[in-house]
Amino acid sequence: MDSDTENKIPIRVQGLCKSFGKQMVLDRIDLRVATGETLAVLGRSGTGKSVLLKLLIGLLTPDAGEIEINGHRIDGQTAKDPNKVRTTIGFVFQNAALYDSLTVEENVAFPLRRHMPMTDQKRRDRVRQLLERVGMEDAAAKMPSDISGGMRKRAGLARALALDPAIMLLDEPTAGLDPITANEIDQLIRELQTERHMSSILVTHDMLSVGRVADRIAMLKEGSIVAEGTLADIRRSDDPFVSQYMDLSGEVS
Amino acid sequence: MNPQSKVAPRPGNCTILTVPDQRIAPLRIADLRVVRLLLGGLEWFGEIGRFTVDLVSAALAPPYEGKELLRQMDEIGSKSMPLVALAGCAIGVVLSLQLRDNLAQFGAKAMLPSVIVMSLIKESGPIITALIVSGRVSAGIGAELGSMRVTEQIDAMEASAVDPLKFLVATRVLACILMLPLLTAVADFCGIVAGWLTTTLVEPITFTYFLNNGLAQSDFGDLLPSTLKTMVFGFLIGLIGCFQGMRAKGGTQGVGRASTSAVVLASLFVILADVVLVRLIITFFN
Repeated sequence: MDSDTENKIPIRVQGLCKSFGKQMVLDRIDLRVATGETLAVLGRSGTGKSVLLKLLIGLLTPDAGEIEINGHRIDGQTAKDPNKVRTTIGFVFQNAALYDSLTVEENVAFPLRRHMPMTDQKRRDRVRQLLERVGMEDAAAKMPSDISGGMRKRAGLARALALDPAIMLLDEPTAGLDPITANEIDQLIRELQTERHMSSILVTHDMLSVGRVADRIAMLKEGSIVAEGTLADIRRSDDPFVSQYMDLSGEVS
Repeated sequence: MNPQSKVAPRPGNCTILTVPDQRIAPLRIADLRVVRLLLGGLEWFGEIGRFTVDLVSAALAPPYEGKELLRQMDEIGSKSMPLVALAGCAIGVVLSLQLRDNLAQFGAKAMLPSVIVMSLIKESGPIITALIVSGRVSAGIGAELGSMRVTEQIDAMEASAVDPLKFLVATRVLACILMLPLLTAVADFCGIVAGWLTTTLVEPITFTYFLNNGLAQSDFGDLLPSTLKTMVFGFLIGLIGCFQGMRAKGGTQGVGRASTSAVVLASLFVILADVVLVRLIITFFN
């Protein structure tokens, strides 16, 4: 790969290490995600998947290693203004993390208010568009505490899309949802990715979701990547941990 | 810590109890409870110091959060007003009731208005206001930011490139700084009116006479520093409430801890700061 192509890689992670106290959570992780590609990160609970996402957006600082988002370093040592990079990333949190003092509509408008100067009317139109896109136009005026888990995830997605991000980080978007709602959310994510050519990292335990959304999979075990490839590659893996994971996750065929 | 007994399996059906080695470990200074508390306290001071420096630099950098500041001023100021007014009235009544007989014993009953007014303006008004606000606002801020922290709302805010120190913390601290003197003025006024009412019920005097007599002994030099010192109280209340909330962890229990510790620490530091401020005011303004 020549250096020109390398610069265009939306997400590049090299030698990333992070520990909390004596516990090494991520140990020399290397990852690349190409434009329009979706990488699913799998692994047991507590293996640092969510930590990886938080490092990518600069909410945590790595102990060592490099993180490059669209060619900008965001790993603390050389990052000048992490906020510039953050506006190009949409982050969907595990429990949606909607601001509970604001309505759904105000939640989606929040990033727009801060980063996109526009008239109130234009902003309202844009929020309405985004809510329509995720099928939430009827719940615009509701408070986050008054809507269901699936609706909160949709609203979280709409908020993450507000600034037209080139990169999407999804932390268990279908966790705790019934299979039908989970499928709807996955379809929505897939459609959005096709429409917007976003590069995404999806952290999940839901193999059905992986099959529907991901192009490539990275399997984490004790802070390291033990297998990486397409779903077919992972199925063929003879690593005992990977086989066990796939067997127990109900991954058939 | 209690030594835990372990049941060790043995071949066959029987098990034996093994008791961990109970020889007394050498005493280490760092293990002493008092030392741990002291180190914890020092760590807290270090952290809140760094938090304050970060807060000031975040608050000074444009753009400024005017709308959010106004919202917080309403939340912290306007909504505390009824409580503060009521507390001010109660203090006015109590001062009048307590002092009347005491002053009469010394034949100084004519001093009653000025003692009530001076006492309210110089100390009772500011400290009661600060304690009421630290109870209501510190706990509120601690719980609000604490629950935002544990439900990842603060992470979500950072992820959308908004600095929570600027948007959430700076606005709340500044609102506390600006509202405390105003609330103190309300408490002072209500206390004076209630003090007059209580006095006039026993011995009718006009409000004008009460006020003129009360203010005869004091001037602007008494009123201003005592009222403005509450800005320091406001800073402490806002800062400690926000700090405890922002460092909350561990689910709902963590939110509860953040809220309780915010009230306790804010009230304590308000009283401690008052000692220093009163000394400074006496030195520089009297």
